[in-house]
Amino acid sequence: MTAELGHLSLIMAFVVAIYQCSMPMLGAARGWTGVADSARPAAIAQLLLLAVSFAMLTIAFVTSDFSLKLVYENSHSSKPMLYKISGVWGNHEGSMLLWVLILALFGAAAAIFGPNLPPRLRARVLSVQGAISVAFLAFIIFTSNPFWRLANPPFDGRDLNPLLQDPGLAFHPPFLYLGYVGLSMAFSFAVAALIEGRVDAAWARWVRPWTLAAWVFLTIGIALGSWWAYYELGWGGFWFWDPVENASFMPWLLAAALLHSAIVVEKREALKSWTILLAIMAFGFSLIGTFIVRSGVITSVHSFASDPQRGVFILGILVLFIGGALTLFAARASQMSAKGIFSPLSREGALVLNNVLLAVSAFVVFIGTVWPLIAELVWGRVLSVGPPFFDQAFTPFMILLALALPIGAIMPWKRAKLHRALRPLRGALLLTGAIGLLVFALSSGHSALAVIGAGLGSWLVFGSAADLWQRTGSSGVSRLFRLPRADWGKAIAHAGLGVTFIAVALIQAWEVEDIRVAQIDEPFALGPYQLTLRGVEQLRGPNYLSQMARIDVARGGSTVAVLRPEKRVYPVQGMPTTEAAIDYGFFRDLYVVIGNEQPEGGWAVRSYIKPFASWIWGGAILMALGGLISLSDRRYRVAAAGRKAAA
Amino acid sequence: MRRLVLALALIATPVLAVQPDEMLSDPDLEARARAISRDLRCPVCQGENIDDSNAAISRDLRLYVRERLVAGDSDRAVVDNVIERFGEFVLFQPRATGANLILWLAGPLMALIGAFAGWRFLRGRDQATPMPDDLSAEEKTRLRDIMGDD
Repeated sequence: MTAELGHLSLIMAFVVAIYQCSMPMLGAARGWTGVADSARPAAIAQLLLLAVSFAMLTIAFVTSDFSLKLVYENSHSSKPMLYKISGVWGNHEGSMLLWVLILALFGAAAAIFGPNLPPRLRARVLSVQGAISVAFLAFIIFTSNPFWRLANPPFDGRDLNPLLQDPGLAFHPPFLYLGYVGLSMAFSFAVAALIEGRVDAAWARWVRPWTLAAWVFLTIGIALGSWWAYYELGWGGFWFWDPVENASFMPWLLAAALLHSAIVVEKREALKSWTILLAIMAFGFSLIGTFIVRSGVITSVHSFASDPQRGVFILGILVLFIGGALTLFAARASQMSAKGIFSPLSREGALVLNNVLLAVSAFVVFIGTVWPLIAELVWGRVLSVGPPFFDQAFTPFMILLALALPIGAIMPWKRAKLHRALRPLRGALLLTGAIGLLVFALSSGHSALAVIGAGLGSWLVFGSAADLWQRTGSSGVSRLFRLPRADWGKAIAHAGLGVTFIAVALIQAWEVEDIRVAQIDEPFALGPYQLTLRGVEQLRGPNYLSQMARIDVARGGSTVAVLRPEKRVYPVQGMPTTEAAIDYGFFRDLYVVIGNEQPEGGWAVRSYIKPFASWIWGGAILMALGGLISLSDRRYRVAAAGRKAAA
Repeated sequence: MRRLVLALALIATPVLAVQPDEMLSDPDLEARARAISRDLRCPVCQGENIDDSNAAISRDLRLYVRERLVAGDSDRAVVDNVIERFGEFVLFQPRATGANLILWLAGPLMALIGAFAGWRFLRGRDQATPMPDDLSAEEKTRLRDIMGDD
């Protein structure tokens, strides 16, 4: 019964979405204010209906209702509760339902928190959101319905892919979707502005918080996925340039470009048509990402749920929305006249450079991701594009970005003098040089990677600090904490990027690896540590069997950690997984994986020292935090207060 | 307990990535073998290199690479041999030949176009006729509305 209720409210949401995408748009065009305003209750009704639908599916998973095909295929009665719930979106149908639920969430948020928007613009924004809803609800109802029943319900389910039974991955998709779908707001605002034929500072101020929020969610989602890969896949890699990772990375890069170019529109009324184009493309890449992941068109480790027919449907949605928006853009963009004047050497100029670098690097990721597809279709060449290509083609742009960022961030608007802009950065430059020398001294021999990466990262961190410091003027520390939150957010996010830079360079340059057959109670050395395999025991988990090793780690005679790496087998899916044991530390992680028992005795053991590993995700957390602090800036809060006064 | 052991034994235990028994005693050769296998794609897996892969064929390829290196082949010759058998699909770094030149040149080309467009835009802004005021009266009213009274 619950499933039928969920199914019914899904269809009702579809009907409401059809209304939301058509009538308010017509009302806005004809000046029927009542009809235009009906977009708001429609958006809220859609959220409620989809929430009911999602709740019903969740109940089916929690109560292990195997009469539902989806539950049977993706769940098991003995699975822990957390994974029964995360199993709702750990499959194609459920994840698409989550996608539209989040879309409705953003639509309703715009309806509720948007009374200070001009009514016509609001109606049009919600209408475009409604149109996206219609497309994806049709996709779900006609090709990926989560509510199909089975005529003969089986006794138990087939379980969720064991790799997905993990807390990091339980929350990875919702955050990514919050990011992808959040960019739909920027898209809807862009399309609405094109229909209205006007873009101004106020428009940029409304678009920016949505973009910033979407970018923060994407940052968290990507970091969670990368962290999961690090501890779960068993060799401590954190980024593989896999098509599915790239699918989330491209919108992230473009969203970063968009939230910077929107600043120029907001403060200086320039870069308008470029910003509109970026808003369209950022969401376009979210759709491409959804297409890549959901269709499995580009094979990758992640395509657990692949189906080419569904791919064609999503491709249709992609062509319709992005093609339509770009056509509208071509027709209307020339109407957006720029106002501000400035010299190339200015904050505006720096932000243009930022946009060129971010957009080109997104393009490089894109071409590398789709190249195997193009090469096969056009030349019949079956080839792969992997990490070595991306490392070489992508990194130069990041180096340029890191070099220019602290200088650009400190430059004044309109017109700058380079030597004056550089003056506050002298200290940062000095400290960066010191760090570079330190890293050079610590590197055994000739690691250019370590010196360059750590140097650029430090340049970003100290440059951000210098930026904050020079803003205080002569009044010093007391003024520091009265700076606008946007300044703090900017500095923290830029420093976070630097922290990630440092980590990515040092973990690659300074990693220590040891692969061997370890005999029980015979210690072996890993860098300054002595590792001793004490034994391996058989254990039984809730839905898996495990072989768990105990490895003592000592340094200078005293034990620093006891690590318990595991090999697991999930009998329902017959799938083995490795569970690495990690001793997390500020400057290094110790990472140990247990392999097979050897015929001549002993066990295969792989152990690593991963220097600065936690800084990778620490940097991502700082970036997200910077975004959140910036989001809480007075500019947006004042807008919120104005809302309350108006209400 | 016995059932548990039996269950574990029945389910094929995977060969995990590079194994201690595969490794060469010569550290230089071993380092070269690791570098080669990191850039070779496992032919049957999805997007894993043979160094990380658990598939049996990856183990065979790792052993083959080492065999050839011990026999004195150059890195290039080893990779060429593997490509001959499995096609360029196994290569994670596509060689910049033929149509692949487009892939390699697309980024730098786009960067040039972007730099040119950005520069033209900035030059245009520099010489644009100044507007009398940054905001129109209507926009100023709206801005005041949004900002509230403070």
